[in-house]
Amino acid sequence: MTQPDLTPPGPGAAAGGGPVLQVRAVRKDYGGLRAVADVSFEVGAGEVLGIAGPNGAGKTTLFDVISGHTHATAGEVLLAGRPVTTAPVHARTRLGLARTFQQPTVARSLTVGENMLLAAAFGRPRAERRRATREIAAEYLELVGLAGQAGERSDLLGVYDRKSLMLGTALATRASAILLDEPFGGLSPSEIDQTIELIGKVRDRGLAVVCIEHVMRALTAVADRVMVMHHGATLFQGTPAQMLADQQVIEVYLGARHRKDGGAGGAGGAGA
Amino acid sequence: MSAPMLEVEGLRAGYLDTTVIRDLSLTVAAGEVAVLIGPNGHGKTTLLRAISGLITPDAGQVRLDGEDVAGRPAERISALGLVHVPQGDGLFAEMTVEENLMMGAFPAASWRARRRELGRVYEQFPIVADRAAQRARTLSGGERRLVALGRALMRPSRIMLIDEPSLGLAPVAIDAVYEAIAALKHGGATIVLVEETFTHIEGVADAVHVLESGQIVASGPFAELSVDPAIVETYLGSL
Repeated sequence: MTQPDLTPPGPGAAAGGGPVLQVRAVRKDYGGLRAVADVSFEVGAGEVLGIAGPNGAGKTTLFDVISGHTHATAGEVLLAGRPVTTAPVHARTRLGLARTFQQPTVARSLTVGENMLLAAAFGRPRAERRRATREIAAEYLELVGLAGQAGERSDLLGVYDRKSLMLGTALATRASAILLDEPFGGLSPSEIDQTIELIGKVRDRGLAVVCIEHVMRALTAVADRVMVMHHGATLFQGTPAQMLADQQVIEVYLGARHRKDGGAGGAGGAGA
Repeated sequence: MSAPMLEVEGLRAGYLDTTVIRDLSLTVAAGEVAVLIGPNGHGKTTLLRAISGLITPDAGQVRLDGEDVAGRPAERISALGLVHVPQGDGLFAEMTVEENLMMGAFPAASWRARRRELGRVYEQFPIVADRAAQRARTLSGGERRLVALGRALMRPSRIMLIDEPSLGLAPVAIDAVYEAIAALKHGGATIVLVEETFTHIEGVADAVHVLESGQIVASGPFAELSVDPAIVETYLGSL
């Protein structure tokens, strides 16, 4: 054991190559309001599932249930085959589940590098913390393009850098599955392109990725499959191209105007 | 003939020792929809904050309909008829959606018309009407954004500053927001918008100003700038 293990448990985590993340008939009620209505899906290693849907459809609540920020009223969440439905957030993180938030969330009183160290140290045995942590932190700073900014104050970062740092810290916890909540929101077109590339790298490292997004150009570029939610339930599951052509999805989510935009976006973006 | 609705001249603004806006000048005529565009971190939001008084400019003038308001507190500038929809929603989490909307009509002059305005907001954004009785904290990020926009419509304004109206919204909701902006424009409203792309502003934008490093580096009619290859390539990436 001379070399620190830098590989996330990702590909190996799902014993026998089964799905990394399984969501089975998950339901979340708030009083009389059914925020999530019996949603099921699976995501494998190296796969990206996109989630879209009108505002208030229950997308972020679904993430909250999966990550443990709130508990399911019914249904099951499995990580690498193990039920985690009632496990606390930190226990799920130790098992390889990470998430990001709509608002770029970092420890504002720490520098960029310190943020990454904190994440890399998470859940590590004391013995390997020092050396391994530094290497891991450096690796993820490099991955998200912040290697040159380790000493900067994180509260002064712009939106794009703060979002990149948030994603980097989520990954540095040795995630095998990651939930991304609107990673493209508020980014300029060139920053969107860079983030598409970054999520591609994350997928290529063997993580299971679930991505909520409204920017269709980005979602269709990163997602292998898409699920559209409406009133808490699953309205549609299929490929990005099928989604853009689906009459129900156009009606409740994309809007009539998107019909022609969708055609143009498809040609320019996720043509394949 | 009359003074422009908004005239910014030689404006310098920022945070602590960091200067973000440098010697910036901008003119927006009454009834004009001006869009600020450009990369993140180059001062678009800071400019709006300096105009509305959320931060105090270090130098320069901000004239609203001829009156210099630079350095005045935000509530005094707001009282002159400036409405600012900042990033983030700024809703009162424990109040209901309807109560939050009512806060938009709080200034005495608009309080009497609040019921009528409320009806118009609900008509414009049916999602918001559906959530009227819910506490703001139970709403999704996108719904909160719509409520914040609705609240801004609750009183007549002389000028509206809207920071990224499309952020976090589903395509159908973006359409609804831009329909609302188009309706305001037809009603003669003066609006300054911040956006990341040209995608949604066709049809509402009169002038486009490109901000880089705290300065306006290009200005022109939407029809010209949106097809200028240098602008599109440099600031917006390949579209």
